[in-house]
Amino acid sequence: MSSVLSAQEISRALIRISHEIIEGNSGASEITLLGIPTRGAHLAHRLAQIISGITGSQVAVGTLDTTLHRDDLRSKPPRALMPTIIPSQGIQGRHVVLVDDVLYSGRTIRAALDALGGIGRPKTVQLAVLVDRGHRELPIRADYVGKNLPTSKSQIVSVHLSEVDGSDEVLIEEGPA
Amino acid sequence: MRHLLSISDLNKRDAVLILDTAVELARASDGPMKKLPTLRGRTIVNLFAEDSTRTRISFEAAAKRLSADVINFSAKGSSASKGESLKDTALTLQAMGADAVIIRHGASGAAKRLADSQWMSGSVINAGDGTHEHPSQALLDAFTIRKHLGKGKSDLDGISVAIVGDVLHSRVARSNVLLLSLLGAQVTLVAPPTLLPVGVESWDAKISYDFDSVIPQVDVVMMLRVQAERMSELYFPNAREYSRYFGLNRDRLKLMRQESIVMHPGPMNRGLEITAEVADSARSVIVEQVANGVSVRMAILYLLLAGDSLGAGGAL
Repeated sequence: MSSVLSAQEISRALIRISHEIIEGNSGASEITLLGIPTRGAHLAHRLAQIISGITGSQVAVGTLDTTLHRDDLRSKPPRALMPTIIPSQGIQGRHVVLVDDVLYSGRTIRAALDALGGIGRPKTVQLAVLVDRGHRELPIRADYVGKNLPTSKSQIVSVHLSEVDGSDEVLIEEGPA
Repeated sequence: MRHLLSISDLNKRDAVLILDTAVELARASDGPMKKLPTLRGRTIVNLFAEDSTRTRISFEAAAKRLSADVINFSAKGSSASKGESLKDTALTLQAMGADAVIIRHGASGAAKRLADSQWMSGSVINAGDGTHEHPSQALLDAFTIRKHLGKGKSDLDGISVAIVGDVLHSRVARSNVLLLSLLGAQVTLVAPPTLLPVGVESWDAKISYDFDSVIPQVDVVMMLRVQAERMSELYFPNAREYSRYFGLNRDRLKLMRQESIVMHPGPMNRGLEITAEVADSARSVIVEQVANGVSVRMAILYLLLAGDSLGAGGAL
């Protein structure tokens, strides 16, 4: 098991992504950050805090659970649902930035796009991830990436965040061969 | 677990999971697009051998909001009225590829019979069997109580509930006593002795014959329907006397605690166990119970059917 991002590197990556989000959307007034539970939700709240620190105004932030829209429900036991909390102004006409910890097959993001469709029609949907580990199975890419991490499919990438795991770190380990 | 037959098959964790899942599903189906794709391609049969409005429509709405295909099958107007057995009906449903059967039947144990037989491979959900159980009703009642009085807790610890009326014939009462006590609530049954079942002392509930003394002590007053259609003999002298001792009326409403609520599983006999004035009062959550029923039944269907079709590792 080796560490690929330290706490400090995670924090720098989030600050850089925050600046890129503000730059890409000419400010933050029309942005809604939606984190995908569990860790994406915590990352979204961190980004919101950094962005509002930079711009000096509140950023709309919420969470979006994708479970009900997943295409692999039938291959696993049913999962418990996580909260979906949409900020009060909704997503209609907003620039929605989806936030997740790891981008891999892209299937979670496809499910998230479907889930958004049931809530409203954003002006744009963008994607911010802490780690992009490749191996996409769908035509999906991230707009904001903390770190591009070349991996083999057998490896396991785990993101630890202080809110859930006690400390910030991204680890990579060899899975079963 | 593949089936939902009885509350006694659930532990506290399962029950809380169903309620929590219902909260999220209520939120997810609250937007402009009510329909979720989660159960697309699944076939659910509503097998109702006994009359029902709420439960059948509620399960149908729940299944449709999750994009399942629903086939409604009622005894009237089907071959069951020509004397077809439950077994032959089940074999027919199996041949049609039903992934789940929601069964309401006049015979206690009918759902279990269907689940234990090898007649069909799908899930069985008990929507009321005779005077035995009605688990989805108890779950929606618990959901409603938790929403109003739970103070953000996951269970019903410290909440006291009076279940009043025809306990003898009530599958709702039986399921509710099991579930509410499982979730930590104190249940008191209030009924004339003739309308309490044999062995009720062994239930996890207190028993009282004096409605007026119980009302000020409880957070929830749950009225039961007087099930005249199941009464082959005389259980109380007349309707007026029953209303006077065990009906919920304006005067008794005044005895209720500040934050307390009035519930009824429906259908109501207005004027018998509950007056119209009380049923339509601000304390009454009877209509809300119906709305919550859809969310809770969506949760049941999701947890039983969304996973792999072998059902080996259902979330329940």
